[in-house]
Amino acid sequence: MNHFSHMLGPEGCGTRSHFSRRTLLGAGAGLAWLTPLSQVLAAASQQEKRRPKSVIVLWMQGGPSQLETWDPHPGKKIGGDAKAIDTSVKGLKIANSMPLSAEVMDQVSLLRCVTSKEGDHERATYNMQTGYRPDPTLIHPVIGAVLCHELSAKGVEIPRHVSIFPEAFSARGGFLGNKYDAFKMYDPSGPLPDLPKRVSEVRFDARMSDLNVLESSFAKGRRSDLETNKTLHQEMVNRATTMMTSDQIAAFNINDVSRSEKESFGDSPFGRGCLCATQLIETGVRCVQVTLGGWDTHANNHELQSARAATLDAGLAATIKRLKERDQFDDTIVLCGGEFGRTPNINPAAGRDHWPHGFSVVLAGGGIRRGTVFGETDPEGTKITPETKGAVRVEDIHATIHTALGINFHNYYQTPIGRPMAICEGKPIAEVLADV
Amino acid sequence: MWLKNIAFITLATITLASLANWLLMPPRVQALEQPVVARTNDFDLARQAVDRQFQQTWDEHDLQPASQADDLVIARRLSLGIVGTIPSLEEIRLLEQRPDVDRLQWWVDYLLNDRRYGDYMAERLSRAYVGTENGPFLIFRKRRFVTWLSDQLMANRPYDMLTRDLISETGLWTDHPAVNFVTATVDQDGTKEPDVARLAGRLTRAFLATRIDCVQCHDDNLGGDLKQSDFHELASFFREAQNSFVGITDKKGRPYDFKYLYADEEVTVPAQVPFNRDLLEESGGTLRQRLANWVTHPENKPFARAIVNRVWAIVTGRPLVEPVDDIPLEGSFEKGTLPAGMEPLVNDFIDHDFDLKRLIRLIASTEVFQLDSRADHEITAQHEKLWASYPVSRLRPEQVIGSINQASSLHTLNAESHVLTRLITFGETNDFLKRYGDAGEDEFSLDAGTIPQRLLMMNGNLVNERTKENFIRNSATKISQLAPDDASGIETAFLCVLTRRPTEQESEHFQAKLKNEELRTRRTQDFEDIFWALMNCTEFAWNH
Repeated sequence: MNHFSHMLGPEGCGTRSHFSRRTLLGAGAGLAWLTPLSQVLAAASQQEKRRPKSVIVLWMQGGPSQLETWDPHPGKKIGGDAKAIDTSVKGLKIANSMPLSAEVMDQVSLLRCVTSKEGDHERATYNMQTGYRPDPTLIHPVIGAVLCHELSAKGVEIPRHVSIFPEAFSARGGFLGNKYDAFKMYDPSGPLPDLPKRVSEVRFDARMSDLNVLESSFAKGRRSDLETNKTLHQEMVNRATTMMTSDQIAAFNINDVSRSEKESFGDSPFGRGCLCATQLIETGVRCVQVTLGGWDTHANNHELQSARAATLDAGLAATIKRLKERDQFDDTIVLCGGEFGRTPNINPAAGRDHWPHGFSVVLAGGGIRRGTVFGETDPEGTKITPETKGAVRVEDIHATIHTALGINFHNYYQTPIGRPMAICEGKPIAEVLADV
Repeated sequence: MWLKNIAFITLATITLASLANWLLMPPRVQALEQPVVARTNDFDLARQAVDRQFQQTWDEHDLQPASQADDLVIARRLSLGIVGTIPSLEEIRLLEQRPDVDRLQWWVDYLLNDRRYGDYMAERLSRAYVGTENGPFLIFRKRRFVTWLSDQLMANRPYDMLTRDLISETGLWTDHPAVNFVTATVDQDGTKEPDVARLAGRLTRAFLATRIDCVQCHDDNLGGDLKQSDFHELASFFREAQNSFVGITDKKGRPYDFKYLYADEEVTVPAQVPFNRDLLEESGGTLRQRLANWVTHPENKPFARAIVNRVWAIVTGRPLVEPVDDIPLEGSFEKGTLPAGMEPLVNDFIDHDFDLKRLIRLIASTEVFQLDSRADHEITAQHEKLWASYPVSRLRPEQVIGSINQASSLHTLNAESHVLTRLITFGETNDFLKRYGDAGEDEFSLDAGTIPQRLLMMNGNLVNERTKENFIRNSATKISQLAPDDASGIETAFLCVLTRRPTEQESEHFQAKLKNEELRTRRTQDFEDIFWALMNCTEFAWNH
């Protein structure tokens, strides 16, 4: 009866919310053991919790300096020439080269104390993108591949995992299979590679019928499940031709967007990549990674980092704004980070070297708390250990994202050689997860 | 005037006909002079032993094997496995000149003597030795390493000697390219010294087909008996390797300290091997030399098994034991834990001084290598699994691009090809590989193809460049203009791309296409379309 009393009060019978959907759902969930109807309602209640279903990874290749971006220490020895500005979160300051991001800091969670054990670009990239350190015996899937594997996307005729400006070691499906590899593309202002047909419609159709003749003669006398269980060749041809003719490929094209909208992302390939990423997410793509390189500043650090930060600034701020305007922010998680940070010490060439011992990562969007800062860089520049307050490990970031997405990351995958492998071995960071 | 016209047409016809004759008729058979390596009795005995074991497996599982494949199908497999590309039309014509009896034997020897063998095999083996990463900046010379490997393979240097160099060589990465095996692991950001743990992991997988990486951090908890100490004691053999301006050298007496899981303090780890300890020399030479001698000891069977399994996989497309670098340490075929074929091949390899070319000849001569991937009876996954039919396996990206390039040229593209052709090919190869997706170290993954791969093949630049109208470069155009009739043009196209003649049905279909007036295409375009279809079908992208 308690459930009924909850249903009736405090507004009670006759009020507008008496039989509102929410109150009914509350009752339905409580009486799940009574009627099938309640089960339906309980399921609807689950859907009510709006879970994000896509991820945008803004990947800063080369190792951005935490001190010239999200965690400046002006006036301190480690701060170098970096200046700080106020943000939309009281008391929070970031580098002055990122004024647009400063305005949206109330929408993000900032992790200032990420630690890893990888100081080499390739290995650290792998570590950050998969949540695992490189293991010579297998390749782990990146977060976009896991997402595509775990969550379906019906009706999407274009690849669900996309990498814009891919670099050599990114966006692999790993042991989940290369069908989870990201679709690679470059500046979205240009044509999409390999998509337009080279010949007229009539000739293309004739080519396809030639292909069918060859396929049927190859199938003759061979394993009957060769196509369905092994090559998937014809299936991939069909999916490729479906993509070629799909209306959804418009999502790759940013040339029809208004000039002012395009300019808000900054006049850079990265900015165009970010704009394209938001369009793809709206179309149902699960994960888009956009890479901004050039952060490996062993010399002339301050100038180079600040220039990169300005490019990132416009792209990141506009991505968040557009996702909010289009009501996609709650459906999407934005992750912005690189493979490691840069040393507190400035070297004789005015550069900063690799520093995996305390760097910054930004998380935003659905399931992520807003206006939060967690951890800090030591002003004296000492190494952060996992025991330091506010320190998080790379795998914890992955666990946080999985939690927000509703993926049970404790589940095990069976690798092709039969080795059980948890989706993720981290612990979610409760401080940056929104109350669901 | 009309006389002049007729004279011109006649002259043009004669020129074209003689060109056609030159391009489409069998080329001169100069390669026939190449001697065929005589095979000894023990070669046949080894082959029979392999055949017997497979036959026994099929009998046990009540499997009817497929019959022998056509010579051209086998020739394609051999070419893909040994030089990484399909045969050229020129080579097919040469091959068909040979008498049936020694045709395939001659073909294997021809391929093994071609520089492409060294280059291709070196590229494949180097992935196991140093991975696909670029490695430490400046001090790691991948290209130099692969070229050195290729030279060794062409000279057929005994594999145990080659391996000993990789493990124990000292010197500069440029002068002594073998040291790049160690150099590749130099820690760029930390100690600037070789990484003993990565070396231990690489060594065991590449040379012993044993994965002990798991016990780097903890004792084996998956049922094995390896301990964390086994890993670090093996790693300790590399503790004296140091990196300096004179390259890789050994610093006698340098210790390796490590703190084991649950231990309170670091301990100095001694150098010890995890199995076959009796084969390790007590003293003499550097630690790395002692390790190298143990790895390559003729009685250390895992060493020979590792390379036999890898070469089998490279040549056939699939290893005997999967994954390629994980063969159980215990057991033999008699106990049912090693697959058919492995032990006789390993024994022959050891008995003949670790001769890689002989190993390849032996594999190529076996009944199982020559079976068809199709049959009149039903072929199941079980047939394929136990090699009762030849396994259909995905071509690697390099094999695909090599085959596209070769199919578009009537003549063989090899070390003697014009430097311009090779330069163009080099640039386009890199771009294609980037887009097609390199499998990296994951050499023998059983994955299917992907949408981007299909898009690249259907609409990408390379296939378009290699099939479009270009009389100088492309075989599609040459065939369209020079073939005496439709049927022989289609047959030549099939031979160029699929290394076989068309079936009756295919021939009819494509002849009808050439006669179809509705399409309004020129003859060169028709052949461009035929080449496109041939390059886009499953048969082209898979070994079979």
